Amino acid sequence: MRLTLARRLLLLLRPASCLLPPASLVFAAACLLLPASLFADQAPPQPAKSSCVDCHSSFPAPTGVTEEQWAADIHAQKRLTCAGCHGGDPKDPSPEGAMSKKAGFRGKPKRTEIPAMCAKCHADGSYMRQYNPSLRTDQLAQYQTSVHGKRLAKGDTKVAVCIDCHSVHGIRPAKDTRSTVNPLNVANTCSRCHSDAAYMKDYKIKTDQFAGYSASVHHDAMVVRGDLSAPTCTTCHGNHGAAPPGVASVENVCSTCHVFQAQLFDISPHKAAFAAMGTASCITCHSNHRIVHPTDKLIGTGNEAICTNCHAAGDPGFAAAGRIHDDLTKLDEALKRSDDVLDKAERSGMEISQARLDEAQGRDSLIKARVTVHSFQPDKVEQDTQAGMKIADKTYAAGVKALAERDYRRKGLGLTLITILVVLAGLRMYIRQAESRKQSGGS
Amino acid sequence: MASPPEAAPRTSAHSNRLVAWLDERFGWEDLLAPLRHKTVPVHKLSYWYFLGGITLFLFVIQVLTGILLLLYYRASANEAFESVQYIMTQVQFGWLVRSIHSWSANLMIFTAFAHMFSVLFLRAYTKPRELTWLTGMVLLFLALGFGFSGYLLPWNTLAFFATKVGTEITGQVPLIGKPLLIFLRGGEEVTGATLTRFFGFHVALLPGITTLLIAVHILLIQRLGMSVPPSQEAAWKALPPDKREMPFFPNFFAHELMAWYIALGVLGALAALAPWELGSKADPFVPAPAGIKPEWYFMFMFQTLKLIPAKLGPIDGELVGILGFGLVGLVWVLLPFLGGDRYGRRQVFIRGLGVFALAYMLSMTVYGYLAK
Repeated sequence: MRLTLARRLLLLLRPASCLLPPASLVFAAACLLLPASLFADQAPPQPAKSSCVDCHSSFPAPTGVTEEQWAADIHAQKRLTCAGCHGGDPKDPSPEGAMSKKAGFRGKPKRTEIPAMCAKCHADGSYMRQYNPSLRTDQLAQYQTSVHGKRLAKGDTKVAVCIDCHSVHGIRPAKDTRSTVNPLNVANTCSRCHSDAAYMKDYKIKTDQFAGYSASVHHDAMVVRGDLSAPTCTTCHGNHGAAPPGVASVENVCSTCHVFQAQLFDISPHKAAFAAMGTASCITCHSNHRIVHPTDKLIGTGNEAICTNCHAAGDPGFAAAGRIHDDLTKLDEALKRSDDVLDKAERSGMEISQARLDEAQGRDSLIKARVTVHSFQPDKVEQDTQAGMKIADKTYAAGVKALAERDYRRKGLGLTLITILVVLAGLRMYIRQAESRKQSGGS
Repeated sequence: MASPPEAAPRTSAHSNRLVAWLDERFGWEDLLAPLRHKTVPVHKLSYWYFLGGITLFLFVIQVLTGILLLLYYRASANEAFESVQYIMTQVQFGWLVRSIHSWSANLMIFTAFAHMFSVLFLRAYTKPRELTWLTGMVLLFLALGFGFSGYLLPWNTLAFFATKVGTEITGQVPLIGKPLLIFLRGGEEVTGATLTRFFGFHVALLPGITTLLIAVHILLIQRLGMSVPPSQEAAWKALPPDKREMPFFPNFFAHELMAWYIALGVLGALAALAPWELGSKADPFVPAPAGIKPEWYFMFMFQTLKLIPAKLGPIDGELVGILGFGLVGLVWVLLPFLGGDRYGRRQVFIRGLGVFALAYMLSMTVYGYLAK
């Protein structure tokens, strides 16, 4: 309440403050806003009073807008009114006055008009700066390059416009986890159309993207592990300029995150081969939406290896794939062997923290080797695996030493306990003797 | 071949000469006279007498292993963890010394509690032994202080956050809470300054006071003799020939020695089979690990405070809990003065109170470990 009061006071002061020197103005504003800022967390900004919501809150969908829905909208929180999009006068209590042509009432905008209508503010850098200086203002320009934008320009009103993704009358900022365009919700938002086979029928494109993405390592990172930096639909396709990346640009898309893999791929023999075949680089092995967690089985000459899709026994690529697979497997097994013995020593209460630290470096070598795989050069991979093998051997030896130390301690304990038992027996005999001496002395 | 039979008399002759030398200068024989004449009652509950001695033995182990640890330990936030790690991995038998120090600390608190309850149930705290009980109770609190201050010294994650929670609880004490918290922590937060303070408490302040109080406690026991349980006392009163006693030296002392050796064996087994773990180095900038719990001897209080609602009417729930424990502690210390005559009716009530307190502590401790 104090926040609202302070803001009202500031608004009242605004005309007079124009006459004041800038320093006085800042001081006056600071004095008024200071108590307000103290209560900012307790009292969220309230939307401006609107006669539109008074009536439309009692209407059913699609014309109904509840007060809660409108209060949650970022535009309402910034004290923008219905008139911003629909025209009219929200201050006029009568429906006739509020929705009069004289007041500029436009009613429900056509779908084809929506991008331009939103852009009226969102493409105006100087206007948007007062609300969020870091917000981009090129959404409309981007949208016009997207498949959605191009089709809309041709009159296809089924394609997505701003409100299909951002919702309407309850638009939350993208950082809000309840927003339809929050990274956690983007895939669901896109899938509302792209997984609907009936809706997408006319476009003759697949509708299994969401199913594929849901089974991918990216979805796992985003949804299961809550890593908001993990990719979702818009990360690869763009958001306002959404379009499928072409064969030539797939590598550029993936390399925005997988930098080293892309650099190594560029020096690999596959770079030229894939270009000659006209196939997209990364997705040839990893697929596009259903990108599963990569394992060492993907490379090599086994049943699950992708390499055998192109390479057959006898060709150099087949031999190289086998060698890379063997090197990775060898290091992985050596690290597991070391881990087992260190686990055993740890369960026995041995202090092996240094070996654990070293072992982590060994794991780093394995991770590095798995990245180096993208060079498809066995010698390069072997360099990394050899470095890891040295560490794995060292940590295994540390584990064996810890177990030997444990056995030594247990033997020491056995001897100590025997000594204690002997001393106890001696003391017992001494006590008996003392007691019998006392009894014989007493008798 | 003839030398062995002669060796014993020669040794005996040497020791006699030493005793004579000491006697001539310090009146050695006079000093030992009370011990030679002192007797210990022998009955079916005599074994409870050993608990005090075992607690003392464990304290001595603490002092000895503590001195050895001091040779390598460094009391600073940057070096404490690494120095304990060094002791555990690089110093010859360092792992054994540190494990025995930690295990004996826990066993000492256990035997101190057991000793306190045995004294309570055998009514050994009543007149004329009020001061023995009083010094014993203070020694028990000091043992808890040793545990609390020593727990932080390895500067590992568990110790850091347990100290944070523990000192926060101290901060809830009315009026003196905040200054006490600042005094204990050496500032607003648990930092290297807290570690330095706790180290000082642990190796200088607490051992000094404890040693002094142990001396007073033992002196009082020597002066007043061993208490006999009321039922046994009544039986011996009815049938005086049945009364049995053993000389303190050497008979009872040899028994006590056996108990100490058994305690040493248990300590060695625990240290070798379950060395005290070190954990990971404390990082003040990471959140506290989930389900953090204090040491077992504080668990019943911790769990109680957890169960009390945040607000009890207008009063803070935690404050009520702290004041409640403070009040119970005060009543416990003053039991000899509140309990009246050794054979009076109030003793039945106090026995019931003791049984309830023991059951409460045990059940809350178990509950604390089982609760998430």
